[in-house]
Amino acid sequence: MSACTLVSVSTVLGCHSCSRIDMFSKGTKRKFSDDGDEMLDESLAGAQVSSSYSLQRQSLLDMSLIKLQLCHMLVEPNLCRSVLIANTVRQIQEEMTHDGSWQVVTEAFCGGSQSPSERLVATEVLCRSREQDAEPKLFSVLSYEGCREEEVVADETLCSVSVSDTASNVCLSESARHCWERDELVDADRDDETCESSRLGPGDDEDDDDEDDDDEDEEVDIDEESPRDNPKTMGQVFGTFEIKNGTPGPDSALEELFSDVDASYYDLDTMLTGIQSAPKMGPYDLLDSLAPSHGPPSIGSPSSCRSDLNELDHIMEIIVGS
Amino acid sequence: MEGDGGSEFRQWCLSQVKGAIDDDVTEADIISAVEFNHSGELLATGDRGGRIVIFQQEQESKALPQSRGEYNVYSTFQSHEPEFDYLKSLEIEEKINKIRWLPQKNAAHFLLSTNDKTIKLWKISERDKRPEGYNLKEEDGRYKDPTSVTTLRVPVFQPMDLMVEASPRRVYANAHTYHINSISVNSDNETYLSADDLRINLWHLDFTDRSFNIVDIKPTNMEELTEVITASEFHPLQCNTFVYGSSKGSVRLCDMRAAALCDRHSKLFEEPEDPSARSFFSEIISSVSDVKFSHSGRYMMTRDYLTVKIWDLNMESRPVETYQVHEYLRSKLCSLYENDCIFDKFECCWSQDDSEVMTGSYNNFFRMFGRDGQPGMTLEASWESSSPRCPLRPWRVCAGSRRNDDEIGVDCLDFSRKILHTSWHPQDGIIAMATINNLYIFQEKLN
Repeated sequence: MSACTLVSVSTVLGCHSCSRIDMFSKGTKRKFSDDGDEMLDESLAGAQVSSSYSLQRQSLLDMSLIKLQLCHMLVEPNLCRSVLIANTVRQIQEEMTHDGSWQVVTEAFCGGSQSPSERLVATEVLCRSREQDAEPKLFSVLSYEGCREEEVVADETLCSVSVSDTASNVCLSESARHCWERDELVDADRDDETCESSRLGPGDDEDDDDEDDDDEDEEVDIDEESPRDNPKTMGQVFGTFEIKNGTPGPDSALEELFSDVDASYYDLDTMLTGIQSAPKMGPYDLLDSLAPSHGPPSIGSPSSCRSDLNELDHIMEIIVGS
Repeated sequence: MEGDGGSEFRQWCLSQVKGAIDDDVTEADIISAVEFNHSGELLATGDRGGRIVIFQQEQESKALPQSRGEYNVYSTFQSHEPEFDYLKSLEIEEKINKIRWLPQKNAAHFLLSTNDKTIKLWKISERDKRPEGYNLKEEDGRYKDPTSVTTLRVPVFQPMDLMVEASPRRVYANAHTYHINSISVNSDNETYLSADDLRINLWHLDFTDRSFNIVDIKPTNMEELTEVITASEFHPLQCNTFVYGSSKGSVRLCDMRAAALCDRHSKLFEEPEDPSARSFFSEIISSVSDVKFSHSGRYMMTRDYLTVKIWDLNMESRPVETYQVHEYLRSKLCSLYENDCIFDKFECCWSQDDSEVMTGSYNNFFRMFGRDGQPGMTLEASWESSSPRCPLRPWRVCAGSRRNDDEIGVDCLDFSRKILHTSWHPQDGIIAMATINNLYIFQEKLN
């Protein structure tokens, strides 16, 4: 990977003074110049360079996320390495927030009326909204520099179908996390043969389209969660180090069951096949079992989610009853 | 940079190579710990298969007064076995993470060895006599019929072939939830500390059923975890002082007299970040991979990914000396992040008189830095290109992919061959280091 000399993204995007220096190698730090002409001349070249910078930053983010997920091996993962990677991911997210990459996403949802911290709400809009307009915009703005806009075309028909399917497919209590609903949306979407280039979620194809969507999915996932929730990924990574105690109540049992669900992991199931150990319920197991349009579980998990759910309820009854 | 014959310029010669020479390396044979004992007579290595091999230096031969004795295998034993944690469904590796010797008190030698979860105290003792002439037992051990004994005799010790036995004297288990990265014996010779990613425990050598937690940086909510402990060591002279390094590049010095739980440090050693060099990898490369006190106890050395820093314990604001180990890697950090090399943890060590420091690098290179202002030396651990008693030729690393007799391009470096574990003889100019599965011993050439 060649080291590029990069320009500060903030100067190009015209952001306020976040003095972000090029992140990949030593380079010149350029101050925000008052000279309009200078900006004009350099903006064109700068835009190209910043686009390359953002691509590199994106690839670094993807790499980091993959590294975090591949931690679920037979041997307990190295906590130091996981923490360092997680911190790197956080840094990238923060920078993306600062230079407006995330800002654009939230504005698309709610016309800028809500603060960026209410990304959680924005996601619910996606899940339950009947506004067809919102969804195409979502994916167009998720391509940060606008250069991928044409690659992602959300089919309005598809979106409406998925949304209405969501209502019927989801048979959970309201305490289930929003991302579960979104996963269901994703899952129903996968089976729709009419959606080729306009995937809403991760798929099995190896097109660039899907990779973009996967990236975006991951981005939206991380972005959606509020700062408190932000390392849901992190919690999951560090969670292996904790021995989870028994769940205190039936609702939280449900949450506990689904807390591992994360659609962004879906596309890695081919990599992680067979590595998951029995006690851990993988996200794909969940999706496989509960999505009615799906075939038998693709990952070799012997028990279906439903039976686990019943078992959990049964255990809860025993604990609560005694 | 090459030696121009200055009398104070040290030259190093390859003394010995231990281990298989062929390229076929089994995972279990990879050396993961190297440590001289306090006299330097013994050199212990631990590997990923949980075994410990101890080498002993033979007495200096009169034939070659200039040369120090060679190291030969003294004892081999299995220290740790693989385990399975049933609660988490995870394997516990038997890989030896650290070996630390206890100061010798009697004829036997004691060392502490640790894997990710359990520390063991091993006693290594010699036996060169055995009793013979029992009255009630035959020589092969069978018991005699008492009625057949007509005379009595006193059993006597007869010489036998030297036998070195290693026996586990203590097992310190179940005190660490996370992976143990350091152990350090206190100068009081009664206690030692063990550090994992989030906690440091204090043990008494005699008691295995209890340990005291002296540092705990685990947050209440694990999702807020951003910093872990990476290395820890007791002060060589002050039994109340220890330090621990973190993944964020800081080192904290704690005084056990101040509080039972030393979460609040007495001193914080942290160099302010250079804003012009900031990148996404800044934190990762600042992570402290090793921390070592000088023999004098006045200085402390830290190793992070690209540098070795020497700190005066009286000054927390910045190190007094900084040495670039392989600055040419700074532009390659993204690739090194991709192949995980950026997470390699290199050790470092002081010379016997604290005048030099040494640390490992990639391509089986190691770096020697004299603290007298001379530029650092890059030497290679290679049995192919070195002959015994012939001074090692320093290398230079340049940009691109050139390769000469004494120069190599960055793009030609082999990142799978790295020297992570190093140890310096406590009293002599002898250094030991581990490549992937070989142990190299170098001796200083005496002028």
